[in-house]
Amino acid sequence: MSGVSVNKAAEDAAPAGDDLVVLSNVNKHFGALHVLQDIDLTIARGEVVVVIGPSGSGKSTLCRTINRLETIDSGAISIDGKPLPQEGKELARLRADVGMVFQSFNLFAHKTVLENVMLGQVKVRGTDKKAAEAKARSLLDRVGVGVQADKYPAQLSGGQQQRVAIARALAMDPKVMLFDEPTSALDPEMINEVLEVMQQLAREGMTMVVVTHEMGFARSAANRVVFMADGKIVEEATPDQFFSNPRSDRAKDFLSKILHHS
Amino acid sequence: MEAREIVFDFLEGYDLLGAFWVTVKLTVYSALGSLIWGTLLAGMRVGPVPLMRGFGTAYVNIIRNIPLTVIIVFASLGLFQTLQVKLGGGGDFEVINFRLAVLALALYTAAFVCEALRSGINTVPTGQAEAARALGLSFTQVLRLVILPQAFRAVVNPLANVLIALTKNTTVAAAIGVVEAAYLMKDMIEAEAQLILISAVFAFGFICLTLPTGLLLGWVSKKVAVKR
Repeated sequence: MSGVSVNKAAEDAAPAGDDLVVLSNVNKHFGALHVLQDIDLTIARGEVVVVIGPSGSGKSTLCRTINRLETIDSGAISIDGKPLPQEGKELARLRADVGMVFQSFNLFAHKTVLENVMLGQVKVRGTDKKAAEAKARSLLDRVGVGVQADKYPAQLSGGQQQRVAIARALAMDPKVMLFDEPTSALDPEMINEVLEVMQQLAREGMTMVVVTHEMGFARSAANRVVFMADGKIVEEATPDQFFSNPRSDRAKDFLSKILHHS
Repeated sequence: MEAREIVFDFLEGYDLLGAFWVTVKLTVYSALGSLIWGTLLAGMRVGPVPLMRGFGTAYVNIIRNIPLTVIIVFASLGLFQTLQVKLGGGGDFEVINFRLAVLALALYTAAFVCEALRSGINTVPTGQAEAARALGLSFTQVLRLVILPQAFRAVVNPLANVLIALTKNTTVAAAIGVVEAAYLMKDMIEAEAQLILISAVFAFGFICLTLPTGLLLGWVSKKVAVKR
């Protein structure tokens, strides 16, 4: 768990392991808008994939299709070898194995922080309350909000709430974690505390799909950068390759707009 | 004799408290029934099964648009006298009529509970349901553990309105012979010469029931409000 180099990208572009998440030929429309176009993407076990791209490029939608919060029109998605089921018990079981962190945190407003992290364990996994509480407390400590356990979400800062949300997802022992713009709703001074938790997860070998505008995180934690524009995957590369030598004009244009200030 | 006794001697021989007690029982049983049935209806109306959604919508739109008197009279004439539905009352008309009245009041009020609750469900951000589904909770778990607890907290005041309306609506049960407050009032008006005072006594009795309900639930509403 410790002593692993921070920069995974540099040591190993694609860690050894089988394919965990496979999207093949995925298409989706929002009315007339073709929001996902022939998406092929494979994520290996232990890999950290960062999805970047301009607003409206379909990156959030892509992330949300992986646990079927968005349905797809055609194509196939499989997780750990199993095709994504239709609605029902099967789907619920699969979702329990896929952690999700949202832009707006979405902590259960009527439950305390501790109850938020216990709910899935008790109601989905059937863990007994004592064990669930112990695990919840240790996860909350790990993300640095242990002392807030008995407060309600509205009493916490955005950064604290998002770290609780990460703990809530981790409590299910997920095979893969999806992050849908986890820092976009945060005040600037709170972004780092969330990114640090994510960095730590990446170092520990968690499989992660991260939709983000944080280029620093992409550089330091990603094994692979996926660049999306207009519903298509335009470019896939290691962070080093992508940021220093983007191949497509679309990516060059995007990077020139976001990087020239820093 | 004191003046108070002279003014109120028309009350003598009537079981005023007993009649209001029947009103309270009608209210409590119907409230519980309508809360349960109304919650189920709301669940159907927001659920993923088209047949249930259709049923919920049709139920609410039909039932809330029929006068309560018609529903209660139908319960007595249609269910009991024609179809012999006795709701376990045996041959005791008093029990049968009371239970029919509770059934009719609950079925009617459930439509309003459902709609109040549905507006409460709409106050819960969609992200709450998404986060719950993402954890692997089933549809009924999402509703029961995440959506409804927040929805109920948001609609305590509207539900208090429904409860107050229900309390007053129990007077319609007099139409099928349930001896509650309004039934007794009609009896007294026929027999006594104190029309204004009799009305005032019964009006006061209802206010005694409904005013505290409204105040208490108003306080509860503030107490349980979800902070976002």
